Amino acid sequence: MTPALWLDGVTVEARGRAILRDVSLRVEPGERLALIGPNGAGKSTLLRVIAGVLRPNAGRVELGGDDVGDLDRSSVARRLAVVPQQSALPFSMRVEEVVALGRLPHEDALRGARPVDRAAVAAAIDRVGLGGLLGRDARELSLGERQLVLLALAVAQGAPTLLLDEPTVHLDLRHQVEAMELMRDLNEADGTTLVAVLHDLALAAHFFPRLVLLDHGRLVADGTPAAVLTDERIRDVFGVPPTLVRLAAARG
Amino acid sequence: MSSVATAGGAGARPWAAVRGRGRRFWLVAGGTLALVVGSILGIAFGSVSVPFGDTVTIVADKLLGTHISSADAATQAIVWDLRVPRVLLAMTVGMALAVAGATFQGLLRNPLADPYVLGTASGAALGAAIGLLIPVQLYVLGFGLANVLAFIGATVSITVVYRLARVTGLAPLTGLLLTGYAVASLLAAGLTMAMYLSGAALRQIFNYLLGSFEQASWERVAWSLPIVLAGSILIATRARSLNGLLLGEQAAAHLGVNVERERPLLLGLASLVTAAAVTVSGLIGFVGLVVPHIVRLLTGPNARAVIPISALWGAVLLVYSDLAARIVGDIPVGVVTAIIGAPFFLVLLRRARTGYEL
Repeated sequence: MTPALWLDGVTVEARGRAILRDVSLRVEPGERLALIGPNGAGKSTLLRVIAGVLRPNAGRVELGGDDVGDLDRSSVARRLAVVPQQSALPFSMRVEEVVALGRLPHEDALRGARPVDRAAVAAAIDRVGLGGLLGRDARELSLGERQLVLLALAVAQGAPTLLLDEPTVHLDLRHQVEAMELMRDLNEADGTTLVAVLHDLALAAHFFPRLVLLDHGRLVADGTPAAVLTDERIRDVFGVPPTLVRLAAARG
Repeated sequence: MSSVATAGGAGARPWAAVRGRGRRFWLVAGGTLALVVGSILGIAFGSVSVPFGDTVTIVADKLLGTHISSADAATQAIVWDLRVPRVLLAMTVGMALAVAGATFQGLLRNPLADPYVLGTASGAALGAAIGLLIPVQLYVLGFGLANVLAFIGATVSITVVYRLARVTGLAPLTGLLLTGYAVASLLAAGLTMAMYLSGAALRQIFNYLLGSFEQASWERVAWSLPIVLAGSILIATRARSLNGLLLGEQAAAHLGVNVERERPLLLGLASLVTAAAVTVSGLIGFVGLVVPHIVRLLTGPNARAVIPISALWGAVLLVYSDLAARIVGDIPVGVVTAIIGAPFFLVLLRRARTGYEL
């Protein structure tokens, strides 16, 4: 089967310093995995490489069987939706207008949105449960609500793979868990391939069957939470006592 | 979670009628009507009183090739060679400034951006003034030196402002406004210098500073209108990119917008349109600020609606502003738009938030 995402020997250098070194990763369609690692490990860079906005100095990135460098921006956007940490809006915009931006990669340059686009936006709003927020100015929502709007935008995009950049970073515990449950549901019920950058190891271990650990630009572990989050790695890579993470995991 | 959606009425899709779809219709219909009425008034009124019947017959004769009018040649010239091109020029410039303003606001993600505030118009004016000072008749692709230099001036100044504003380290709004102010001041000094050196061309350069349609002629319409129309249509076809940029450059790239290509393209087109307006009318402020802002309030920020409707209402605003300027006693139209626009700008500035997070 063609992998949803395949990285082979990806190396990224900036100002003579390697940010990613020889990273290889294969993600099958319908998989759900979390990218973890301390600050500066290269998670965000890896995300940008996967999304095709940053060209690696060496190695190859394939999206649904094609080299991401050979695809134009719209083709990439139809295969891969990226949910940013947060976004800024310069003008007042209604929730449904923001979600509708997810259809841009499908839109005809001249004619704009078609009925099929509007149907996809309606479905995404329903899927994420934003019905109660229709008509509201997106700039006046709570952080948790804004995160859901961005998620709905990505769902409306209709791409088989979702890439999330710390989707829970601004949320309180309850909203973190709710967002995670929604993502798990998108993956298990809808078959969306999910790759999420996560800081919270407990959340990652609880909601993701596969973890990929980055440290100093290298992929140091890839497997089940139990296999990846050993006591030594938590101590060596994250520099914290393993009991901290274990305690946190227990609450989930 | 889906129960929430049903409770909110998503099943009925109350938003399926996109915001402002009805409003869009009325804005287009109302704008067209206002433009027609304004044009008739603009052609009928002026410092010389021409009977309305004569105005109608003169225009009809010229358009239809008939010979009904009994007006003398001087009256015919006043109506057909002064007033008609003046109204057309006001439309052209209004459209240009509104479209350029909407484009700059979208690209810079800033509701306070407009060709006047950013110094783009000053860049064009300085370029045109230098063109007038150079005593050589040069034509590039059929355009006079002043026009070409105006485009170069506009492009260079917006590029400088855009690049500097991104690296100031200040809040985006503050950085952009301060950079625009500094660049515009420098360009104004250049324009003053050009006036000092000008001698015979003084009056013409002075006109750039004032902003007026006093010098309207068919020739000016003939070369500015096609550029403004073509530029505006090209910008309207990039609506998808402008919509993607609503979420920021990173997010736009993730939504399939080739930001590296679209940014210079849109900046260049908006500069071209600005330059075409400034070389025929001088510095007319705030049209590009007021019109897109009000349109956006009514239709939502979708560039597919904002660009064409701004173009229409920009034309309306300047046709009526010019009419008002003439009725008050031939004051420069830039004075009228400043009286409308400057308080508007201050209100916007007061309401502007420092961050626009989503």
